Amino acid sequence: MPRTLPSPTPETQHFWDGCKAGELLLQRCIPCEKSYFPPRPFCPHCASRVVEIYPASGQATLYSYIINHRPRPDIGTEPHAIAVVTLAEGPRMMTNIINCPQTPEALVLDMPLHVVFAPQNDDITLPFFAPVDAP
Amino acid sequence: MKPGQIAVVGAAETTKLGLIPELSALGLNLDAALNALADAALKPADIDGVAGVGDQPGWVASQLGIVPKWIDSTNVGGCSFMLHVRHAAAAIAAGYCTNVLITHGESGRSQIAPARYAAQPASLSGQFEAPYGTYAAFTMFTIPVLRYLKDRGATREDLARVAVVQRQWAALNPRATLRTPTSVDEVMNAPLIAYPFTKPMCCLVTDGGGALILTTAERAKDFPTKPVYILGSGESTECPMISVMEDFTTSRAFRISGKAAFASSGITHADVDHLMIYDAFAHLPLYGLEDLGFCAPGEAKHFFREARTAPGGSLPMNTNGGGLSYMHSGMYGMYALQESVRQLRGTAAAQVPDAKISLCHGVGGMFSAAGTIVFSNQA
Repeated sequence: MPRTLPSPTPETQHFWDGCKAGELLLQRCIPCEKSYFPPRPFCPHCASRVVEIYPASGQATLYSYIINHRPRPDIGTEPHAIAVVTLAEGPRMMTNIINCPQTPEALVLDMPLHVVFAPQNDDITLPFFAPVDAP
Repeated sequence: MKPGQIAVVGAAETTKLGLIPELSALGLNLDAALNALADAALKPADIDGVAGVGDQPGWVASQLGIVPKWIDSTNVGGCSFMLHVRHAAAAIAAGYCTNVLITHGESGRSQIAPARYAAQPASLSGQFEAPYGTYAAFTMFTIPVLRYLKDRGATREDLARVAVVQRQWAALNPRATLRTPTSVDEVMNAPLIAYPFTKPMCCLVTDGGGALILTTAERAKDFPTKPVYILGSGESTECPMISVMEDFTTSRAFRISGKAAFASSGITHADVDHLMIYDAFAHLPLYGLEDLGFCAPGEAKHFFREARTAPGGSLPMNTNGGGLSYMHSGMYGMYALQESVRQLRGTAAAQVPDAKISLCHGVGGMFSAAGTIVFSNQA
C-alpha cells in the first residue's frame, strides 16, 4: 500500500515539478521580499500578487516532531518521525527525517538538516530531510 | 451584546456516555437534544434557532420538527460549540431568534454513521502534510510539544502530571470513563502513541453527545433551571495546517480568543472560580494557562507540580476529568461547556464550593481554532 500522495493544483504544480527536478522551490514577494510556503500566487504578508518562484538552499533545522508508534501499513511498521523543519529561508514545512535513527536520542531539536528528494512515482517526488552529516 | 444579557436555560448530555452502539451520530445529537428540552421544560416547537457542526443542525431540526429562523453550522473542530454559544448569544440579542438549541453527537468509539475527516489529496493538508504520515489528531496536534518543552524548560513528566491531575477529578465523577487513580511513573511507562506522548496523555475515544438551550436573561427567570449567564466570549482561527502554526510554543488563536473573552466580560483572572481548558492531549492545559494569561510563558508547569488545578487547589480545572479521563467523542468542546454549566448550577459530581464564574476554553482542528466563554450564575 503506497503513501497518501499529493494531487497538485494549479497553484502548487510548480513546487511538485521542482521536487521532481531536484529543486526545492519557494516563493517570495518582490515588494516586501518575504519568502512563504505553502505555495499561493500572492504574498501572505502584504497581499501583493507580484511574487516570484526561486530555488531554496535546501538547508533547514529541526523545529519539532513526534515519533508515531501506531502501525501505518503505507509507511512501515517501525516507529517513524513526523517532523516540521524551519528552512534557511524562513518558512516551515512538514517532512520525514531520513538516514537517521527514529529515536529521541538521534533526533535533536535545532539539528542542521538538508533536503533529500525521494521519487514516489513518475509524477511525485517528496522532499525529505536528512542530518547534514548523514549521506 | 452586554454581559449577562443571554443565559443557558437547558443543558444535558446523552443519557449514556462511553460505549453507545445502539445510536448513530445523529441519534446521539437527538438523545442529547431531547434531554436538554426536558431539562428546560420546552417542546421542539418552542425552539426557533439551531446550531451544530456542518449538516447536523439541519438534520436535528428536521428530525425534531423544529422550524428554524436562525441556523449556525460553524465547524472549526472541537471548539465549534463555544463559537455556537457565542454566535447564538449575538443572534438572540439581535432579535433573530428567541430560543436556540445547540447540539453535538459523535459515535467516536462505535463509529455508527460517523462524520469523516480525511484530508483530500488535493487540499493543502493533503499535499503538504498527509504524505508524511499525518492522519489523526495524535499525529498532528502533538507535533508542537517538543519545541514547547525545550523552549519553556518543561519536561515529559510535566505532561504526565496533567494526566494524573485529570484522573484525580475523574475519580470523583461516576460518569467518567477512567476513574482509577494513576501516577506520574505509570503514565510515563504506559505504551507510546506518538513520542513524547504515552496513551494516558492522549484523549479517550468514546461515544456521546450534549445539547444546550439559550435564551434571553429576561426570559430565563421563567425556566425551572438555575440560569447560567454568558458574561463574555471570544473566538479566533489560525491555519488548519499544524506545520504553518506561527509559533509552536504559543497559540495565537488561544491568545486572541481569551483576550476577547476577558475584555467582553469585564472580569479579571482572579475572578475565575472554575476553569475548563479543552484537554485533547496533555499539553493543551499548559498552553491554555499561559495563552489565556493565568501565568507568564513557561510557568504553567508549576500549576501541576504544585497541584493548583487538582481537587482542593486554588484554580479547579477540568473538574469532570477532561478529555483525558471523562470522555472524548472527537469534538469535546460540548462536554467542557456542560461541566461549566453544572458547576454554576451547583450540580457537578465534583462540585467546586460556591463557584460563581467559570471560564470555558476550547480548541479545534489541532491548534487552528479557539473559542472561549465566560459564564456566571450571577446576572
